[in-house]
Amino acid sequence: MTPDIGLILGIDGVATGSIYALVGLGLVLIFSVTRVVFVPFGDIVAFSALTLASMQLGRMPGTVYLIATLAAVACLVEAGHHLRRGRSQRVMRGLLAYGLLPLIPAALAWLTAGMNLPTWLQIPLAIALVVPIGPLIERIALRPLADASVLLLLVVSVALTFGLSGLGLLFFGPEGFRTKPLITEIFRFGTIIVTAQTLLMVATAAVSSLMLFIFFEKTLPGKALRATSVNRIGARIVGIRPANTAALAFLLASLLGAISGILIGPTTTLYYDSGFIIGLKAFVGAIIGGLISYPGTALGALLIGLLESFASFWNSALKEVAVFGTLIPVLLWRSMSLARVDEEDAEIEG
Amino acid sequence: MMARVRLVLLAVTVISLGAAAPFYASSFTITLLNYIGVYALAALGVVLLTGFGGLTSFGQAAFVGIGAYATAWLTTAEAASPWLGLLFALTLTGLVAAVLGAVTLRLGGHYLPLGTVAWGLAIFFLFGNVDAVGGHNGIADVPPIFVGPISLEPTTAIYYLIWGIVIIATLLVANLLESREGRAIRSLRGGVVMVESLGISIFRIRLITFVLAALLAGLSGWLYAHMSRFVSPTPFDLRMGIQYLFMAILGGSGHILGAIVGAGLITLLQNALQDVLPLVFRDGEQLVVIVFAIIYVLVLQFARGGVMPFVLRLVPSGKHPAIAVAAPLPRRAMPQRGTTLLTAEGLMKRFGGLEAVSRVGFEVKAGEIVGLIGPNGAGKSTVFNLVTGALSSDDGTITFLGQDITRASQRHIAKAGIARTFQHVKLRPNMSLIDNVLLGVYPRTSAGFLKGALRLDRVEERRARFEAVTQINRVGLGGDPYGLAGNLPLGRQRILEVARALAADPALIILDEPAAGLSRREKIVLADLLRGLRQEGVTVLLVEHDMEFVMGLVDRIVVMDFGSKLVEGPPAAIRADARVREAYLGSVA
Repeated sequence: MTPDIGLILGIDGVATGSIYALVGLGLVLIFSVTRVVFVPFGDIVAFSALTLASMQLGRMPGTVYLIATLAAVACLVEAGHHLRRGRSQRVMRGLLAYGLLPLIPAALAWLTAGMNLPTWLQIPLAIALVVPIGPLIERIALRPLADASVLLLLVVSVALTFGLSGLGLLFFGPEGFRTKPLITEIFRFGTIIVTAQTLLMVATAAVSSLMLFIFFEKTLPGKALRATSVNRIGARIVGIRPANTAALAFLLASLLGAISGILIGPTTTLYYDSGFIIGLKAFVGAIIGGLISYPGTALGALLIGLLESFASFWNSALKEVAVFGTLIPVLLWRSMSLARVDEEDAEIEG
Repeated sequence: MMARVRLVLLAVTVISLGAAAPFYASSFTITLLNYIGVYALAALGVVLLTGFGGLTSFGQAAFVGIGAYATAWLTTAEAASPWLGLLFALTLTGLVAAVLGAVTLRLGGHYLPLGTVAWGLAIFFLFGNVDAVGGHNGIADVPPIFVGPISLEPTTAIYYLIWGIVIIATLLVANLLESREGRAIRSLRGGVVMVESLGISIFRIRLITFVLAALLAGLSGWLYAHMSRFVSPTPFDLRMGIQYLFMAILGGSGHILGAIVGAGLITLLQNALQDVLPLVFRDGEQLVVIVFAIIYVLVLQFARGGVMPFVLRLVPSGKHPAIAVAAPLPRRAMPQRGTTLLTAEGLMKRFGGLEAVSRVGFEVKAGEIVGLIGPNGAGKSTVFNLVTGALSSDDGTITFLGQDITRASQRHIAKAGIARTFQHVKLRPNMSLIDNVLLGVYPRTSAGFLKGALRLDRVEERRARFEAVTQINRVGLGGDPYGLAGNLPLGRQRILEVARALAADPALIILDEPAAGLSRREKIVLADLLRGLRQEGVTVLLVEHDMEFVMGLVDRIVVMDFGSKLVEGPPAAIRADARVREAYLGSVA
């Protein structure tokens, strides 16, 4: 390997790594606030890219049907929840939040299908279309179990991966897509070529992380999220509703996922089930950060991006083995650094 | 007795219907039953690991794959006998599991399942990318199994092998779970401090359980390879690993038969959905996985125990055997009364900036009852945790029976002869009284996994059970030793902890607020019990807030305040001490 190739691989790795970092931040956000290890998160990334691809091809994105299905189920769950407790006056509000709100971008996409909107309109619409997926899933499958153990929530979230990939196949079909490049400029630094796409990926990841940081530090909802992740019961006592923070965490994380999808779309062909592997790689990064630290996650994700890039040069077939194999020494290191295993009860049945 | 007869009749009917199946069922049904048997074997591993051992694994399919690939490769590339393939499959699966387990089993909580996802994927990608095992095309023409001259190629022939193995494996695992090591496996569900305090090595139990689960998977893989005669990576991917976990959960991970029920339900359901859905919907095939996801989420939300609890309600339950008198277990030689048993010198423990224990020293002589008292937050429980090894001290030394145990592990200290109870009760609420107390007997017995599974441990087991029941009766909890510990009121759960500690035959028993939550009468019984122990030469060290209880019982008192030892002496002197009054009531000045 010459230094030039090393540099190219390095740049490539940082670009992919910055996407994993964004996804990893979303995962840590969800985990720290709701204790859910949200395995299907990668699917949101893939769905976002596929949505944009469908729009570019002038088709109606399958996301419209996906959202409609999820919104319908969420409305049923929400209405059932309130009616069982005899609070019929809350049903209307629930239906607006979980039925009407997510359907607005879907309706827009449905109306404008085939109209070939300019890219600067397509991208926000694609993002808006995808963002409700996270909060809807949270409402349907996870909120009823909000008090369950981390382990049970993990098992549920794994079950959800099954369902979401099935829905993905149903609504997006089996073909793979690659979106049009967002920008095509190429920069030369001596012998090294850096595409503007790469710079865009890294820059967007950096800006999004910065905004997330500002949100946590400077705004009241951000502080509420942080409070919940530090101490759920304490947060509840001072009047922070866990259901609200959970919905907000999923919404924000979905937004990060959707942005990641738009960024990664032009660089690789994505299928309905590609998200799973993307999500898991981001996980490896998040675990390097201990599933709690945002900077640690970003760093871990960058490492995974670099590792993948160099491993694919060495043996492209075994790059996945390398990436997932790394987790084992990482876990070993983490378990050594944890002085004492927490006394959490590992129960499946309640 | 009637219930038992009905149970036996039911079992005989099911088994004979099963044995005759090839004579009346279609060959398609037999094929389906074969798959169910093969899946049930792998799911049995998950039930053992997850349901009983509390270790969630999504990676079971990877072990099935290792078993299948090992035998497929050996019997095709090397043209070896499938029986040699079995040996190779089990050896390889066991080795890989031992290495992976050694690395990941120290992890707590959600890290372990995430780790299993990672290596489940890594192993799957490895199958698909190594040319020696056919890459994504897999290995074809795997030979059938021969038993002597009889070929097990026909589905009806291998049917008997598969189900024979399933039945034997289920019986062995059931036996194991009712044995000494099996109880240790069941005790893994819950906190780790209690288990180690009983002298049980969590890591060893976890590792062996993990390897056993993997061996069941490897066996399933061996059968799979020679049944379908073809292996490719797909049946061993992560999706299948998740499916095995859900077989166990859907069937009922808390019950050994949950594996068979779960494997049966999921296989039949999958089959039915694949037939029906495409007739109703255009994209029916794709809906199967969605329907499954919905079922899983609903089961986890509403019936976490799975199907088995509902089945068990319909089946008459067998009676528990009465516990027979057996030869008592050997007891340890108690140290000479009055000799120094335990010495603590200059103990220090800091939690961040807080000095919870600062330069505390005291001595306990064999055969006395010593009380450790002090206001809330004085550091009494921390001292107990330092002595028993639940926490390690920052400075100072602890000597027990002339041995330095300052840096010793909880397990080592337990074996040396210190048994304890906890301020916040640590029992296994889902295990019976007798099983909880039998955990205390663990270090005094020796039957291993193999003996337990083969029921070669019965003589020792009878003695252990007799000992456990003796201790339960002694603390006054006799009546229903098979009742669940979680059904006792809190005060009595504390007393059950005392019985568990006594079952370990300790030289020193450390009790953390044993009288809390007891009625006046129960306190008198407890005090009498502790006096009886002193009579036998057992030494008692206790923390207690009930002064009447302490003053009337103990020989000596150590008073702590703000992490330091305030004063030490006989009860009468302590009662008269001005410093003690000040600590409890505040200064008058």
